[in-house]
Amino acid sequence: MGRFVAAIDTWMRNAALGVQEYFVLGQRAVRFVAARPFYGADVLVQMDRIGVGSIPIILLTGLFTGMVLALQSSVELGRFGAEIYLGSLVGASMVRELGPVLSALMVAGRASSGIAAELGSMRVTEQIDAMETMGTDPIKKLVTPRLLAGITMLPLLTIVADAIGIIGGLVIAVFRIDLPADIYLRGVWQSFAASGYVLGVFPRDFVSGLLKPVVFGAIIALTGAYYGLTATGGTEGVGMATTRAVVTASILILGTDYFLTQLLLVVLPPPGL
Amino acid sequence: MSAVRGPLPEIRRELEEPVRPSPQADASKPVVIELDDVWLSFDRPVLRGVNLVVREGETVVVLGESGSGKSTILKLIMRLLVPDRGRVCVFGRDIVGLDFEAALEVRKHIGMVFQYAALFDSLTVYENVAYPLRENTDLPEEAIYPVVRERLEFVNLDPDRVMSQLPGELSGGMRKRVGIARAIAANPDIILYDEPTAGLDPLAVDAIVDLTRKLQRELGVTSIVVTHDIRAGFRVADRVDLLRDGRIVFEGTPEQMVAADDPYIRAFLG
Ligand SMILES: Nc1ncnc2c1ncn2[C@@H]1O[C@H](COP(=O)(O)OP(=O)(O)OP(=O)(O)O)[C@@H](O)[C@H]1O
Ligand SMILES: [Mg+2]
Repeated sequence: MGRFVAAIDTWMRNAALGVQEYFVLGQRAVRFVAARPFYGADVLVQMDRIGVGSIPIILLTGLFTGMVLALQSSVELGRFGAEIYLGSLVGASMVRELGPVLSALMVAGRASSGIAAELGSMRVTEQIDAMETMGTDPIKKLVTPRLLAGITMLPLLTIVADAIGIIGGLVIAVFRIDLPADIYLRGVWQSFAASGYVLGVFPRDFVSGLLKPVVFGAIIALTGAYYGLTATGGTEGVGMATTRAVVTASILILGTDYFLTQLLLVVLPPPGL
Repeated sequence: MSAVRGPLPEIRRELEEPVRPSPQADASKPVVIELDDVWLSFDRPVLRGVNLVVREGETVVVLGESGSGKSTILKLIMRLLVPDRGRVCVFGRDIVGLDFEAALEVRKHIGMVFQYAALFDSLTVYENVAYPLRENTDLPEEAIYPVVRERLEFVNLDPDRVMSQLPGELSGGMRKRVGIARAIAANPDIILYDEPTAGLDPLAVDAIVDLTRKLQRELGVTSIVVTHDIRAGFRVADRVDLLRDGRIVFEGTPEQMVAADDPYIRAFLG
């Protein structure tokens, strides 16, 4: 019994230390954004890997999500003869939730694991130590560029996912449900208009749907970097770091999504609330 | 930002008769590295009161079994780790409390040869050797290029052949030598070698031993060589320290160590 309590105690202590280290890492990575020397080339390489490299899976994810969403909703809406609302439903769901969250989860699977594997193998082969001995701050050189790439690329990828999802819904609407394209698209637009406007011009759904991916991008980059930099124990350790990075990043994305939604409901209340 | 202090002196290629460098520590020389009652634990205690003094121009070999904490000692001197207790001084300055920038000033004077070379595997051999010069000096690329060539020649690699290769394309011995070339690129006063001969064939070991001696003789660098390769260690050592159970249990010349009748030392020497 005492053993058990002691084990829990150690575990909690380590968890608390881990969370603290995670935040210190994030804080330092952010601080270096404006510090010289700039590793601009590294930022571009990472944008290419995290952003451009993820486009194929984002296209597929967005397309199938939009299609299945339209298909499922059409059954329910059909029961009330309300198919004309299909566009509103697909548009709002994609832009508010599914676009940002599914894109982030897919990119987490690709990029958090990639970052953890790369930095992890650099860690266990002492390349990170070598870097530090030669005067490079590994956080500035390795983490900051990935963080910048994450927070800039995720919103762009989300826009792609939203757009292709709405198109996927359109395909189902037109070819399976015989809903005219203009009615579907008008529905999409109406859902945005109904969400209200920020500063009078930006539909609220767009703003909230693009703020979230900025945070998710940071989570993806930092989680991968955290597990990579703290990897120990050779190749096996790198494998473990990779798995943990994906699991942790995914859970953090889903959890943060809830709290961000809450926060945005307070900060940018939709009309009529 | 300090510039590199000029190219290395001309290097004689032919191998000379092995000359034993100054057999006894010259007590008149200034102390360059000092570990004073250093304690460090990870999951278990690794160093338990280590004392080590290295004087200018000396080559000190630290011997010890695998896992005895040899690499840990080098990482403390590089301030990649900080001790739980005790002082680590480099050039008379306690480096334990230094921040990143101040530690960097100290690190600039130290070159480290890592146990598995630790070359950046996404960079070419040229970029690896140029790395410390690009990061720590304001030298233009035209000035870096000849230095890199010279360092590669110094470690007996053909610059034209290896410069554009990636570390993954090299043999273990070549990687080690590139590691040495990178460690000496910015003309350090101190070189730390972590298992420089581990996993190499006898000829490659000879080459590394000769290189180590050449660096000491011709550039007067101060070195610590950490190894469990007793033969190679004895060939470069002015002084040998034996690490056991987190403490230095023997210190003296290789001859003194061979003559010692402590049972552990006898067993260790085989
Ligand atoms: N970052 C770390 N975290 C936890 N334990 C560590 C860490 N670094 C080293 N150790 C442990 O400290 C001990 C000494 O490690 P060190 O690498 O200094 O040994 P070594 O003498 O260089 O061994 P080898 O000859 O195998 O290289 C080992 O038991 C190792 O497991
Ligand atoms: Mg070691």
